[in-house]
Amino acid sequence: MPVKEEKIEVEGEVVEALPSTMFRVQLDGGHSVLATISGKMRKHYIRILPGDRVKVELSPYDLNRGRITYRHR
Amino acid sequence: MAAAGRIVAETIDHTAAHLEPGITTGELDRIAEDFIRSRGGVPTSKGYRGYPAAICISPNDVVVHGIPGRHVVGEGDLITIDVGVTLDGYIADSAYTFAVGDVDDESRRLLDVGREALAAGIAQARPGNRVGDISAAVQRLVEEAGFSVVRSLVGHGVGRSYHEDPHIPNFGDPGRGPLLSEGMTIAIEPMITAGGPDVYVHADDWTIATEDNSLSCHFEHTVAVTAGGPRILTASGVREPSLLS
Repeated sequence: MPVKEEKIEVEGEVVEALPSTMFRVQLDGGHSVLATISGKMRKHYIRILPGDRVKVELSPYDLNRGRITYRHR
Repeated sequence: MAAAGRIVAETIDHTAAHLEPGITTGELDRIAEDFIRSRGGVPTSKGYRGYPAAICISPNDVVVHGIPGRHVVGEGDLITIDVGVTLDGYIADSAYTFAVGDVDDESRRLLDVGREALAAGIAQARPGNRVGDISAAVQRLVEEAGFSVVRSLVGHGVGRSYHEDPHIPNFGDPGRGPLLSEGMTIAIEPMITAGGPDVYVHADDWTIATEDNSLSCHFEHTVAVTAGGPRILTASGVREPSLLS
């Protein structure tokens, strides 16, 4: 049984929408990451647009890639 | 631990012998649990952090922690069986992905690459190497084949506890990370997908599946780092006779 890596949750603003439902997100902490949209959000057809504030999940081992898990109102 | 490892290997073999279209994952779990207990072992996963079953059975796009239940195994399924056994206070952990009946060539390739990636990682498990050497070896092999390495799940030390330090990611740079030394016992477990590396957790809070619904495979062995090289404690004479030490 593998160990689930501790994930880091951060907040940021979507800067641009890229092909294949990838997004560039500018994190509050400073750097920008390439993020994908979470399966749960896809399932519920939640759209993400540049300018949206989102919650992003990062793996501590790969800080350049993230997953958008929540879009704030 | 070698004794626990043997039971793990035999449990996987025994359970896989019952893998055929029509059987449910719940029945397979019962078969596995009965076998483990009949050999004097205890299924480590049962009750671990609240996990409800004895083993994990993960079909197709489920990467790990599939809870055995009503899923009916079908022709063409890729089924991963992940077993942990506690014996006399020591734990061994291993996993293997099986193809049920006929599967397409790309699926076969995924399984071949998974097995090779694990072998490549194990080959790096020598005193003086670092965890990153294992991680890099796995990642290089998987990505050169065009597949992806899951990043949010990692291998781990194992012994008196199920999950001990160090964390052993399946991606990373060689020469980095904790030093491997003689006597360490670790679980190396590449988890790879035919699509992207992202995974998500189902509503049951356990089952982890690929975000893009791509197929995944998972191969794991518990390995002792010895002066004479890596010693695979969970090798199976049935599945991989060449790995028996």
